[in-house]
Amino acid sequence: MAKSEVREKATLTPPEKKPPRFGMEADGTSSPAGLIIKIAVLAMVLGIAVWAALPLLADQRWVGLAIVVLVTALLFYIYLSPRRVPAKYLIPGTLFLIVFQIVPVLYTMSTAFTNFGDAHRGSKQDAIAAIEGTSVQQVPGTPEYVLSLATKGDPTTGDIVFLLTDPATKQSFAGTSEGLEELAADDIQVGPDGKVVEAPGYTVLNIGQASARAEDISQFSVPTDRGAIKNQGLSRAFEGTPLRAYDASCDCIKDAESGQTWTADDSNGLFVDSKGEALAQGWKVNVGFRNFTDVLSDQTLRASFLKMLVWNFGFAIGTVVITFALGLLVALVLNKEELKGRRIYRSLIILPYAMPVVAMYLVWRDMFNTDFGLLNRLLGTHINWFGTTASAMFAILLVQLWLGYNYMFLVCTGALQSISADLTEAAQVDGAKPSYAFRTITFPLLLVALAPLLIASFAFNFNNFNAIYLVSQGAPFPPDNPQAGNTDILITYTYRLAFGGAGAQYGLAAAISVFIFLIVAVISILSFRRTHALEEIN
Amino acid sequence: MSELIPPSETMEPTPLRPPGEQVDDTPHDVVRLGSSQGGWFRRVGWRHLVGLLALAFSIFPILFVVSAALNPLGTLSSSQLIPTGASFENFTKLFDTSFPRWFLNTMILGIASAAVSLFISACAAYAFSRFRFKGRRFGLLSILLVQMFPQFLAIVALYLMFATITDLWPPIGFNTVWGLLLLYMGGALGVNTWLMKGFFDTIPKDLDESAKVDGATHAQIFFGIILPLVAPILAVTGLLGFIGAVNEFLIASIFLTQDSAKTAAVGLYGLVSQERNNNFGVFAAGTLILAIPTVALFQFLQRYIVGGLTGGAVKG
Repeated sequence: MAKSEVREKATLTPPEKKPPRFGMEADGTSSPAGLIIKIAVLAMVLGIAVWAALPLLADQRWVGLAIVVLVTALLFYIYLSPRRVPAKYLIPGTLFLIVFQIVPVLYTMSTAFTNFGDAHRGSKQDAIAAIEGTSVQQVPGTPEYVLSLATKGDPTTGDIVFLLTDPATKQSFAGTSEGLEELAADDIQVGPDGKVVEAPGYTVLNIGQASARAEDISQFSVPTDRGAIKNQGLSRAFEGTPLRAYDASCDCIKDAESGQTWTADDSNGLFVDSKGEALAQGWKVNVGFRNFTDVLSDQTLRASFLKMLVWNFGFAIGTVVITFALGLLVALVLNKEELKGRRIYRSLIILPYAMPVVAMYLVWRDMFNTDFGLLNRLLGTHINWFGTTASAMFAILLVQLWLGYNYMFLVCTGALQSISADLTEAAQVDGAKPSYAFRTITFPLLLVALAPLLIASFAFNFNNFNAIYLVSQGAPFPPDNPQAGNTDILITYTYRLAFGGAGAQYGLAAAISVFIFLIVAVISILSFRRTHALEEIN
Repeated sequence: MSELIPPSETMEPTPLRPPGEQVDDTPHDVVRLGSSQGGWFRRVGWRHLVGLLALAFSIFPILFVVSAALNPLGTLSSSQLIPTGASFENFTKLFDTSFPRWFLNTMILGIASAAVSLFISACAAYAFSRFRFKGRRFGLLSILLVQMFPQFLAIVALYLMFATITDLWPPIGFNTVWGLLLLYMGGALGVNTWLMKGFFDTIPKDLDESAKVDGATHAQIFFGIILPLVAPILAVTGLLGFIGAVNEFLIASIFLTQDSAKTAAVGLYGLVSQERNNNFGVFAAGTLILAIPTVALFQFLQRYIVGGLTGGAVKG
């Protein structure tokens, strides 16, 4: 940040004996311009810190405030001190790395030891509140309100608020999780159907926004003296009492009507009845290594995990091998001075590398479309490319070949041109055939030069989410486990577990993330070791 | 023989090479398949044949995109490989969507992300290359290791984190390019830092030493001597950073849900995720426009790219 200080011309100060303790020279700044830039940048840092601190102060988030103060102090110390020179260059990147990578990664790893997921989001109290709230039945003789759904702040993330109007008295209320609060009729606007259309401080949701928040809305209720207010659809709400209530004496949920009880199971975070049936709402608990052991011991999970692991390796290694083979072949063929138009070939062959990848994956997906796709029309066939495992894998690898071989072509050309021709010439003088010289001299040298690249390409493709998600989406799916497609790799599977339609299982997804991390890290470290690419860091 | 190649033909950039690669500095022709005697076809003709085949493979999906973009019907089912018409209707339709806004967002994100991460990465590479300090080896190794945990696996954590940030500081929260930019900067210290450190290492330390004797500070050495010398590598790394940010899809699709905040990749995906057949022409037109800046930069920087890539950057 404050490193842009000394940019000025060659007006270098004459050699100095010793920098003074204070003043201009003290921190290594040697010119007035540099000092001014430095002061300006540090002032900006201070400005940003104040801007960041104000909302924290208003919200009374003391931990966050302490972090902001500490980081600012650290920055000032590092850039004003004459020592700590390496830190001056490392701190900006390190800060970003810690905040946006290391902290989220550690958090993810910690969720791998919980059952965090759709039915297990919050605390036990949250679960009890949700169970009581959803069991509400209308209290006889209470009004049925006209409802308008709203949020506090952003429509996608803000807290849900019910804006209610009593059709008999025309009074309007704002219902939050704290309770009902009457709205002054002058502040709000009510539509012809009695719905509140505008209220200060609240964002009224349209149908699209409301359906996006359907899940939050279904869990929401406004507590009242006699029970709670629940919505019925998107424009009606009623006041009711919960049928089910928590009883602390038996640590269980009791149903007032049927008398059934569900006892808390604190190791699984669920309320379970005598038959072992659990209520849908649970809470987050630590499950230790269960997510990890499940992956290895659960029959279906293990089967799909192993199947995907094999294809994941096949996909990553296959991609590297075929792109490298074709790239090398084309590089060898075109690497000849007599060949006219080499530049044109090169410029056009590498065009795919410069195209937007996401869009081109989608174009390929649509070229493979059964009904409208170009390939079926050109070939005169009606193949459902993503219908069988083999054809789907073929399609994916073909797309990978198209996207990747031009890159390999570029690096192979570069490497070929840097391998000394003396070696191959010497071999030929000794009577070796060109193919023999290639096999024994050029190719091994090429492999040595490109090994780090091939490893990096493998590591990248091992987690190449877009290549699967945008092309086949994991299809075809086996009937017995519709969560794990036959062309899914671990990372797309993880994504489906965490965000897919069948309910989020963040804990399990995080456990698989940790597996992926370990696999890639171990393979990369081993192979970098073998190729001695890490030696230079000593 | 090799002396006959004009410098622009040799694809090798200025002799900045990653360390450990043993090369001599003059480019050479290497492999001779087949004999230099014989007919034209045996000597170079077959090479043209292979070249043309490779070319056809590379070009045909792009040709299809061009053809679909110009196709007046604008549907997937009516798009042929060879353009059947030349209508700009798809482009007009495209500009009726929020595409201009998406494109602008993409360019802001791409340029800012490339520039800032280049700066951060170059600074760190300078420190790793020129200073010896406690924790240097640990730092270099952890940079490599942290990158092995793909950032988007932590998406749940990032989502929760940015939900709080959106509450406290809306200008860097969800649905802003700046929030996404900050997030991408978490990956600024990564493979590129290694790549650049390698190139910094090839610059003789004597240069620094003599400048130091003349009274230059570390900052003057960095900005005045080292950076200008590695300018070609900076250009290539910047280009790769730009491509990476333009193509990032997953995190962007979760963070940018408001139409006006989307990047082109997210927006275009939205166009074909629902109306796959009907919007294909518009989608193809968008793809072409999105490709223009990258393709132009690519052709412009072509001379440097091979050297930059062989250093260890990866894509696709």
